[in-house]
Amino acid sequence: MYLRLNSDELAIKDIFRSFFESECSVERVRSSQHVGFDSGAWERLIETGAPGMCLPEQIGGGGAPLTTGAIVADLVGEYVAPLPFIEHLVASRLLASLAPDHDLIPSLISGEKIISLALQPANKNLAKLVPAGAVADAIIACKGNDLVLTTGKDHASHLRNTADLPLANCLISDGETIASGDATLNGFNRARSEWQALMAVALTGLGRKAVDIGVSYAKERYQFGVLIGSFQGLQHGFASAITDVEGSHFLSNRAISSLEDNKGLGDRLSGMAFLFASEAALNASSTSLQYHGGYGFAEEYDIQLYYRRAKGWPLQLGDPGVEYQRLADLCLPSGKVA
Amino acid sequence: MDWSFPTEAEEFRIEVKAFIAEHLTEDVINSTHEGTIHNWDFHKKIAERGWLGGAVPSELGGGGKSALEMAVMIEELQLAGAPIDGMGVAIVVASVVLELGNDHLKETIVPKLLSGETLVSFGYTEPDSGSDVAAAQTRAVKDGDEWVINGQKMWTTMAHIADYVLLLTRTNTEVPKHKGLTFFIVPLDTAGIEIQPVHTMGTERSNATFYDDVRIGDEWRIGEIDGGWEIMKAALKYERGIAGGQFPSPPLVDAFIEHAQAVERPDGSVIIDDPVVRERLVRAMIDVEVCRGFAYNTAFLASEGVMFGVEGSMTKLFASESYKKHSKWFIEMAGTEGLLFLGEEGAPVGGVIDEHFRHAPVTTIYGGTSEINRNLIAEGLLGLPRTR
Repeated sequence: MYLRLNSDELAIKDIFRSFFESECSVERVRSSQHVGFDSGAWERLIETGAPGMCLPEQIGGGGAPLTTGAIVADLVGEYVAPLPFIEHLVASRLLASLAPDHDLIPSLISGEKIISLALQPANKNLAKLVPAGAVADAIIACKGNDLVLTTGKDHASHLRNTADLPLANCLISDGETIASGDATLNGFNRARSEWQALMAVALTGLGRKAVDIGVSYAKERYQFGVLIGSFQGLQHGFASAITDVEGSHFLSNRAISSLEDNKGLGDRLSGMAFLFASEAALNASSTSLQYHGGYGFAEEYDIQLYYRRAKGWPLQLGDPGVEYQRLADLCLPSGKVA
Repeated sequence: MDWSFPTEAEEFRIEVKAFIAEHLTEDVINSTHEGTIHNWDFHKKIAERGWLGGAVPSELGGGGKSALEMAVMIEELQLAGAPIDGMGVAIVVASVVLELGNDHLKETIVPKLLSGETLVSFGYTEPDSGSDVAAAQTRAVKDGDEWVINGQKMWTTMAHIADYVLLLTRTNTEVPKHKGLTFFIVPLDTAGIEIQPVHTMGTERSNATFYDDVRIGDEWRIGEIDGGWEIMKAALKYERGIAGGQFPSPPLVDAFIEHAQAVERPDGSVIIDDPVVRERLVRAMIDVEVCRGFAYNTAFLASEGVMFGVEGSMTKLFASESYKKHSKWFIEMAGTEGLLFLGEEGAPVGGVIDEHFRHAPVTTIYGGTSEINRNLIAEGLLGLPRTR
């Protein structure tokens, strides 16, 4: 048992922190918010090898475990980075697992092409509100009993939204079927769990930074002649918020580990981590926003960026109430027992 | 991160589970509903396995159970709803005495504690000092070779079945409050001690203890005169990883699931099939997994020899606050029957749901209130200014 990053992982985190510091500054995040994607930053991300880091070595990927992807996902959250890192990682792993020889794979590993995943089943030939759909070169969608791969950006139409996300409706009528039957469901569920667990990690990074922004403000702002950070009312709100974020940190990382070890708990823990992290991140950013007073509502202050993404990122999966019911069916009995 | 326990800890988990299956009988569980949160037979069975002594650090002469093995044991016992307060007390007091006590205390108390024959009650809190524990006013005054003690302690839980009290006293009023404290381990049969029951809203009984010209020899003092705060810190140190409280909810969740599967609502539907019930059960199960993450992290830190503080505060805060929330949800979802006492006709799962609802509020109070824990997190983790 070792519940910190090891020295190799710390080194990886340092490298990527430098990347996000220079390529995903808050100015860059703001300047790309009309579409929620910074193509310049993605170009630089390609140089780090991150797009293909978690793909198998046999097909030319980096061969890194999901735990390494989680290190980057944590920073994606901390910097609210306008990069479809998680979607690309998950969808390219799905394609690689179903069609390792597919022509598209090398350009996905390099990051030259971006792929994403429709998290909700397609309605006939339309995959609605696909994460990163507006910027992806390819998307995988679940259509009936088939998994369909559609390429080309001209199929997508971007829609403005709460969290500045590159959401788009995507036409999949001329897509190619890459899996059918059980393979569809298994592959899709696995990818969905990976997305949930990595999103949980990203939301944890987001929540931690949101508390940090609020605490920093509370250490500068005077009211009634004292720092507002000296008020117990604020202190207790921050303490509760960071406690939930830390809880989310451990649960989401355990979910990632359980997806790696394949002992059967990965699906359940990923769903749990995702739901808990969603609430923890929103609570953290809404608490910090509140403690900014009126400034928290102003576009100029950064906390609103976190508040909007804390809701928008997880809601890409749909109503969390449905996810609670799915988990209930996984974890609970039903029907009467005499 | 590596979330796996070492092989010896996983093997120990199997041993603990088998022990629970054999010894945590319905009679043991039922006995804890009668007011005293301790069962001597069960406690002695734990002692016979050597697990009390095993938990004492090996550098103090203990049996060398690792921090991770202890974590596994505490987890399994809590998941099963076993009475473990006495176990925690025995391990903590034995460890403190072995580190800082004199030979008299080591010989008199430690063997009986670790064999499960005796208990020590914690005498920190007073009528006018709870969270502000260093403000204790119970006086100890030297008189020749003896000490004369006068005062009152509150929440000396288990004092009515214990042989000793670990007593925090004031020996110096001329210095800052933390620097004038001295600890004694006082035999509870000493003349001048009176124990009165304090009945609680939960089914458990606590005590108030009164000290009226209690005379004891200096051999019962532990630590330096006016050095009591060091003993307090040592006790807190050994409590880390030993004290339970990380998993209060699982026995309630299990009981409610049993009820929800067995009972129909007036409209004929089964409770467990209600989507609202199912969502709340999942929320409670998620909270338990969060507790597990916190608990494993503190176990990991203990295994690394880290003196953690704020991590323990977060664990305790989250576990107790979520438990209190769950106890409210599940009594509601059991309907009017949820109100029924233990043993009443028609009481869900024998009445434990009402019992959890009435027990839960104390868990966010004792062992550091949620408010004190939030203060510690705000100061220790977030660097906000101290406010008290």
